[in-house]
Amino acid sequence: MGHIVINNLNKEFVERRQIQRNKSGAAHFDQTIPVLDDINLEFQPGEMVCVLGPSGCGKSTLMRIIAGFDRPSSGQVLQDGKELTSPSPDNIFVYQHNGLLPWMTVWQNIELGVRHTEDLTQKEETIQEYIDMVELEGFENHYPHQLSGGMQRRAELARALVVNPEMLIMDEPFSGLDFLTHMKMREEVVNMHLFLGKTILMVTHNIDDALIMGDRVVILGDRPARVKLDRKLDFPHPRDPKTAPELQELREEIFFMLGVSYAV
Amino acid sequence: MKFKNPALVYAAFAFLISLLVWELTARFSGWSAQVFPGPGPVLISLIELTANGTLIKHSVASLFRVTAGFYLAMVLGIPLGMLLGRNTPLRLLGNPLIHFLRPISPLAWIPLSMLWFGIGDLPAVFLIFLSSFFPLLVATTIAVRSINPIYFQVATNFNFSRFETFSKIMVPATIPSIVTALRLSITIAWLVVVAAEMIAVQSGLGYLILDSRNALRMDYVMVGMVVIGVIGLLLDYIMQQLMKIESTAWGTLGSK
Repeated sequence: MGHIVINNLNKEFVERRQIQRNKSGAAHFDQTIPVLDDINLEFQPGEMVCVLGPSGCGKSTLMRIIAGFDRPSSGQVLQDGKELTSPSPDNIFVYQHNGLLPWMTVWQNIELGVRHTEDLTQKEETIQEYIDMVELEGFENHYPHQLSGGMQRRAELARALVVNPEMLIMDEPFSGLDFLTHMKMREEVVNMHLFLGKTILMVTHNIDDALIMGDRVVILGDRPARVKLDRKLDFPHPRDPKTAPELQELREEIFFMLGVSYAV
Repeated sequence: MKFKNPALVYAAFAFLISLLVWELTARFSGWSAQVFPGPGPVLISLIELTANGTLIKHSVASLFRVTAGFYLAMVLGIPLGMLLGRNTPLRLLGNPLIHFLRPISPLAWIPLSMLWFGIGDLPAVFLIFLSSFFPLLVATTIAVRSINPIYFQVATNFNFSRFETFSKIMVPATIPSIVTALRLSITIAWLVVVAAEMIAVQSGLGYLILDSRNALRMDYVMVGMVVIGVIGLLLDYIMQQLMKIESTAWGTLGSK
C-alpha cells in the first residue's frame, strides 16, 4: 500500500576532510555532523506529501533514506509495518535530472519497468499506454538528450509509473523547468495522483507547489533538520491560495517560517 | 571554389607543402642522395618494394603482431578495468602495482621478453600487449569510476541483477571513453611494434628499416617510415569510424 511511518529517525554524516585543531594541536580527522534529528512522521496510503525546507537542510537525505539508498544512523522507516532497508521497485525514485539512462531511447527506458513481463504484446501495450499518458507519442525512439527538459521529466515519470509502484519519491521534479512547463507538469502530477491514488513524496522549494498539490505539507528546518510543521491540507482540487483565505494564511505562515517575513 | 570535403583539400595541401620542403632540402642541403634521398628516389624505391612484394610482406607481419598484442590487451585490460572500477578493495590492492608498472617503457622489457619468449613473434606481441594493456586498463577503471552514481541507484531501484547492471549500465556508460582509449592506445601499439621488430625478428616494417640501414639504403629506410605513417593514419581512421557508431556515440551525439 504505501503507509509510511518514520520513527525517531536520526542521520549523521562523517566529515573526513574537515581538519580542526584543538588546543593541544592534535588533528581530529573524523567529525560527525548530524543532518536529521529525531524525525517522526506518518504518511497515509495515497497521500501526496510535499516536503519543504531551505537548501541543504536534509530533505534529500530523508528522501534517500525512505527510498532505501541510504541507511539512517538510528531509528527506522516502516512501510506497511515492515522496516524499509533497501531500494525496491515498490518505491520508485524520480530524480531532479539525469534520471533517464542516456544510452537508451524513451521506449527502452520505460521498458525497464516492465522488462519481466512475458507476454510481449501486453508489454508493448503497457509501454505505449504510459507513453500516451505522458504525451510522448512520436518520441518513442528519441534519446533523452534529444528531448526538452519537461519531456525528460515526463518520460521519467512514465518509467516510474509503469512499474506500478506503491510510492513515488520525487526530488524537486520541477526544478529547472520553464514557468509554463512547470505549471503544466504540476497539473499533470495532480491529475495523475487523483487518478492513480499512489502515495507520493515530493521535495520542493516552491511553497505554492506544496500548497496547491499536497494533501500534507511537511516543513523541515534548522541544522540538523527537525520537523517544524506537519499539517494536513484538506482542500478540494483545483486550489488557489489567492481565493481560499485559509490557504493564504498558511502560505504566509510558511513564508515566515522559512525566513521570508513578507509573502509576495 | 567550393569543395565537397574541405578537410581533405587542406590535408592534401599540407602534404604537398611538406613534399616540396622535402624536395628542396634534399636538393640544396648538400647531402648526397645516399644520405638524404628526395621524394623522387623514395617514390621509385616504394614502387620497387611494392612490386616485388617486400612491402606487403613486412606490413602484414607488423599488422599481425599489433593485432595479436592489441586484442590480448583489450581482452584482458577492459574486463579487469571494469572489475577494478567497481570493486574498491581490489582497486586499492591493484592500483599501486599498476601505477608502478605503467611508467616502465615497453622497450625496457625487451631483454627479458627475448629471454622468456625467444626469437620470433612472441616477444614482439608481448611488448605490444604491454604498451596498450595499461592505458586500456587505467582508462576503463576511470571510466567505470566516473559513471554517474544515479545510474547505479536506478539499477537497484529497478531491481537489476548483477548481469543487468553490467550489460545495461556499465558497458553502455563506459563505451565512449573506452573507444577513445582504444584510439589512443592503437597508436602507441603501432609505435612500439616498429621498435620491437628491430631486435627479435626477421620481418616487419621495423626490421625493414633496420635491415636497410645496415645495407646503407636510406631510400628504403624512408619508404619504411612513409608506410608506417600511412598505416598509422589508416588505423586511426578506422578507430574514428568506430566512434561514429550510434551506440558508442551517445555521449557526443548532439549533446545539449
